[in-house]
Amino acid sequence: MRVKQLSLSAIERAGDSPKTTLLAALVLCFLISLLEQHNQSYWLYVSYDIGVNIILAVSLNLINGYTGQFSLGHAGFMGIGAYTAAVITNQFSNLHPVLNVGVFILALIAGGLLAALAGLIVGIPTLRLRGDYLAILTLGFGEIICVVLQNMDAVGGARGYAVYHNWTNIFWAFGTGAVAIYIIVALVHSTFGRGFIAVQDDEIAAAAVGINPVKYKVTAFVIGAFFAGIAGGLYAHSKGYLTPDGFGYMKSVEIVVMVILGGMGNTPGVVLAAILLTLLSEGLRSLQDIEHIPGISTEFPLSWISGIRMVIYSLLLVVLMLTRPKGLFSMKK
Amino acid sequence: MTEFLQQLINGLAFGSILALIALGYTMVYGILRFINFAHGDVFMIGAFAGYYLTPRVAAFLPAPSIWSGIVVMAGSMVICAALGILIERFAYRPLRRSSKLAVLITSIGISLFLEYGGQFVFGAAPRPFPALIPNYQIPKLGGLSVTSDQVIVLAVTLVLLAILRFIVLKTKIGMAMRALAFNPEGAALMGVNTNVIISFTFGLGSALAAAAGILFALLYPAVDPLMGIMPGLKAFCAAVLGGIGNLPGAALGGLIIGTVETFVAAYISSTYRNAIAFAVLIVILLIKPSGLLGKKDVEKV
Repeated sequence: MRVKQLSLSAIERAGDSPKTTLLAALVLCFLISLLEQHNQSYWLYVSYDIGVNIILAVSLNLINGYTGQFSLGHAGFMGIGAYTAAVITNQFSNLHPVLNVGVFILALIAGGLLAALAGLIVGIPTLRLRGDYLAILTLGFGEIICVVLQNMDAVGGARGYAVYHNWTNIFWAFGTGAVAIYIIVALVHSTFGRGFIAVQDDEIAAAAVGINPVKYKVTAFVIGAFFAGIAGGLYAHSKGYLTPDGFGYMKSVEIVVMVILGGMGNTPGVVLAAILLTLLSEGLRSLQDIEHIPGISTEFPLSWISGIRMVIYSLLLVVLMLTRPKGLFSMKK
Repeated sequence: MTEFLQQLINGLAFGSILALIALGYTMVYGILRFINFAHGDVFMIGAFAGYYLTPRVAAFLPAPSIWSGIVVMAGSMVICAALGILIERFAYRPLRRSSKLAVLITSIGISLFLEYGGQFVFGAAPRPFPALIPNYQIPKLGGLSVTSDQVIVLAVTLVLLAILRFIVLKTKIGMAMRALAFNPEGAALMGVNTNVIISFTFGLGSALAAAAGILFALLYPAVDPLMGIMPGLKAFCAAVLGGIGNLPGAALGGLIIGTVETFVAAYISSTYRNAIAFAVLIVILLIKPSGLLGKKDVEKV
């Protein structure tokens, strides 16, 4: 609790008026996106991933960090949003070029709303379950969403689904990220939102002072799922191709790791962790392209690096958890 | 009717493998209260240990034969027990006093390490599992097609469950395990060496997972480094379904999930089979949130 207040006040200090900061961030994202070329480089795509992962991590942080529930199915919500948005833009993009921006926004919001509906359905069992039981239930929902997508022939089933428009750019990726951060921080900061932290701290005590824990848990799931759905839509329009496997257990774990390494309920930390982990994962991937290290004999085979990328990632994860179990950026109490 | 009995036998064979894995999840949960996500990958290492041990055992024992099967299974169980104890010692013990979530994420890290380390060392392609025990078609009993492998899976599971029950209920170390699950501080005050018992529990659970790995490879003779993910998740569902922390519950949950999944794959749709375990789990948890045999904990203020 004390740590959380510290981290919230850190955000307050970032700008005297959060609204101005948000506006400035949006304008900045827009200006940068004007400079963007459409012969896009690899690192530009990585930056879209960073934006998408920030939204995912911040929205999961509302459920796992602030409200203290444990969800392991966040990628499922992302998948619902991704497929919904992709189907909509594929269907309605031929109306008029001017309308495209509107179609994109509507598609993202529709994906978010459908994911929020799924969040409501998952949130209802939280009335009765807690802790590890809830974790396995959300994991189960995520896997079921995956299997259902694999069996939907209308969106290509297990073969995957092509998205025709690469509309995601810096503005959409980071602008939406800024809006998500703003809304979630403002929400947790509001009089209503203090209830999330109360539920996380002590559910029984919260209920005793008249806070309805059920309402807060379900709200957290719905809002978290909404933003995950929007992140999914952005992801779909940056990758151009969707497969159900991309929204499985592994992706959910990746998001949970961002939240935990960032520090539960510490939004700046979670944003930083999302950026660092995306860069780490991509940076390790680029190791594969190195043919030989200067100074070392060229016969030295470096192809093994490609195999060892995820081994390094998993080892780093274990070492980080062993050395900083409360997250990378936790402050001493 | 024949078809029904046939699927029941197939389902029980698959379910008993899940039950063996689920026991490892539930024992660790009972004592340390955290989900050991790396357990499914210990199962995978068990199958790979069998893959590498079989030709070596065949050098001095006639193979495939019952005896080589027993030696390979015992060897693989010892290797995995050691692996389980090592994982606990170096990854989980330093976090004993930190939050459960930190341990959970560490176990996910270990799980990824075993999976990708496995891909790095063994290669990602599935390999055919060698013949370990001669497989016979048992003479048809009223149209039922039963292989000796299925009988072996069921028999070995029953024997291992009986041994586990004996260890937990009749031996001193089993009594210490139960004491630790009941009240860790109280058990430590009564002179139970907590670290030794926790190591023993990890060893026992991992040995059962190794046995499950060998049995799985008998029924579906291919091994690959990611083979542990799905059976691991399903077994975990089984443990929660039976009431996590409850040993008979884990065995029951494994049999239920294995059987239901096989029936659904046979009668409804085989493409939905990986969703069945989770669907069954969700339905049961909505009706009985603490699992079938689990005790309801009352949260104290």
